[in-house]
Amino acid sequence: MIRLGIPSKGRLMGQTFHWFSERGINLVRSESDREYAGHIEGIKNVQLIFLSASEIPRELSAGRLHFGVTGNDVIQEKLVRFNQLVEPISELGFGFADLIIAIPSFWVDVETLDDLDAVSAQFRDNHGYRLRIATKYHRLLREFLMQTGVADYQIVDSQGATEGAVKNGLAEAIADITSTGNTLRANHLKILSDGLILKSQATLFKSLMAGFSQEENQVANFLVKKLSTKD
Amino acid sequence: MTVLRDILLEAKNLAAIFEATGAEVVELDFLQISNVLLDLYGEDIRGRAFITNDPVYGEMMLRPDFTVPIVEQHMTNSVSPARYTYCGKVFRRQEEFPDRPREFLQVGYEIFDGAKPEKADAEVFSLVNEALSGIPVRIATGDIGILMSAVRSLSTSEPRKKALLRHIWRPDRFRTLLNQFSGLSSKLHTTEEFEDYNKIVDKFEIIGSRNVREIKERLQQIKLETETDPINSEEVKILDDILSLKDKCTEALRYLEKLSKKMPGIELTVENFAKRLTLLEKNGIKADLLDFEGSYGRTSMEYYDGFVFGFYSETHKELAPVATGGRYDALTERMGPGKKIPAVGAVLRPDLTLLLRENYHD
Repeated sequence: MIRLGIPSKGRLMGQTFHWFSERGINLVRSESDREYAGHIEGIKNVQLIFLSASEIPRELSAGRLHFGVTGNDVIQEKLVRFNQLVEPISELGFGFADLIIAIPSFWVDVETLDDLDAVSAQFRDNHGYRLRIATKYHRLLREFLMQTGVADYQIVDSQGATEGAVKNGLAEAIADITSTGNTLRANHLKILSDGLILKSQATLFKSLMAGFSQEENQVANFLVKKLSTKD
Repeated sequence: MTVLRDILLEAKNLAAIFEATGAEVVELDFLQISNVLLDLYGEDIRGRAFITNDPVYGEMMLRPDFTVPIVEQHMTNSVSPARYTYCGKVFRRQEEFPDRPREFLQVGYEIFDGAKPEKADAEVFSLVNEALSGIPVRIATGDIGILMSAVRSLSTSEPRKKALLRHIWRPDRFRTLLNQFSGLSSKLHTTEEFEDYNKIVDKFEIIGSRNVREIKERLQQIKLETETDPINSEEVKILDDILSLKDKCTEALRYLEKLSKKMPGIELTVENFAKRLTLLEKNGIKADLLDFEGSYGRTSMEYYDGFVFGFYSETHKELAPVATGGRYDALTERMGPGKKIPAVGAVLRPDLTLLLRENYHD
């Protein structure tokens, strides 16, 4: 039985259903739509597993899912050496999001990472602690700032409503995903001009850790052929 | 296959060399309070250390090295001069090199003594060299102090020197700044529009703990910076000459002495280098065979600010260094303001020394 992970959240789930059906594969949710399970019309041996998009990376890397749809932002944040654990089959063309660093709009002296680094030094001198950046993308942010040589900051965990973290006194800056930038502006924030950490969109991944029986392999090859953007 | 029992025996043998100096044998805590390590190393340490939680102390880390606990230990006892030796496990997350061990033994030796720094440098190096005798190693040495003294003696503004010194251990960022300050790359943007600071308050909502006064302060700094003359190209060239220097110690010294004629600010640190070489020679180490690199110790060894060295396997180049060490005069001050205690130390990896000894005899 092939296990295919689908994001359980409303809009992302709807777009995923639509994307599959455009390629001739109809996903069907179990009759009771309160139940998080389903199948594919006309194809046996595929089980749909509805999960939070943020849990799909873990399940793929453990081999408990054969395929899964999620953003490459969460894949890269959660999986160390992700390209040895999962293989991208197709980019789905929705769920676009940029992982960026944003700072208060009134910081008129700050436009780039160079500025942010200089301000971190100033802030630590003045306040006695390291400038706080709120995010749930700890690893991606840390690696990005290490590569770009920004020092004297600290990461503050924020699992939601991150755009409000500065106004609420939890941090001086944030790193979060944005698509239009509207929420950032509404929260009096602006994006660093060179602070793009990652471009993300919904992507179908195949697990490199899952076992495939001969029968499962046939179904998997059929799906990959139908869904791959390569042809 | 090396087993733990053999590694412990090897560790004991290495430690004996340090104990013979009369060094105090110290036991240090496995669990360290995260904030102390984070303030010293920055967020990067989270990528390297195992993190856990205590209901009272909050976030704690399994010690990723002995530096912090040994300095804390010394600052509470605070009898200088002091010599310490220790043997114990350290713990490292391995994201970049998944095949490397997560826990391994280290044997270390540290001298806290401000009186004769070059003598202490030579002592630590010579003991490590002795401990590794019989193992084919490549030795790298350097001196961050010379580089720092060169930056301090640039004829430019204090904020520029401060910015460069802050990034001594981040070569890319250091280069970006140096290029900006010497006019090789474009300057920081201008922000004249906001020199009247009421414009900021009128136009924007003020949020977070960085305040408008700080913005104004930095706008003035940017203005000053754009008005400051570029660092002259001769001085930049001397910095580059130091950074790219790679030679045997005796030759490197001769070269640096010549440079110090053009940049007198480095005379003192170059003299210290000369003193150290003489003392190393006295200990039987051939300075004309020992490598010196002007940039050595800038990447993996933040907080070292003087003599630095590393011993690497000649036969197993993929291995982590077998021993590393150096001087960290400013560290004690960073950990407890007003308490500057010059120090130098080294750590060895008994698991690797044993592996190399066994392979050598095969």
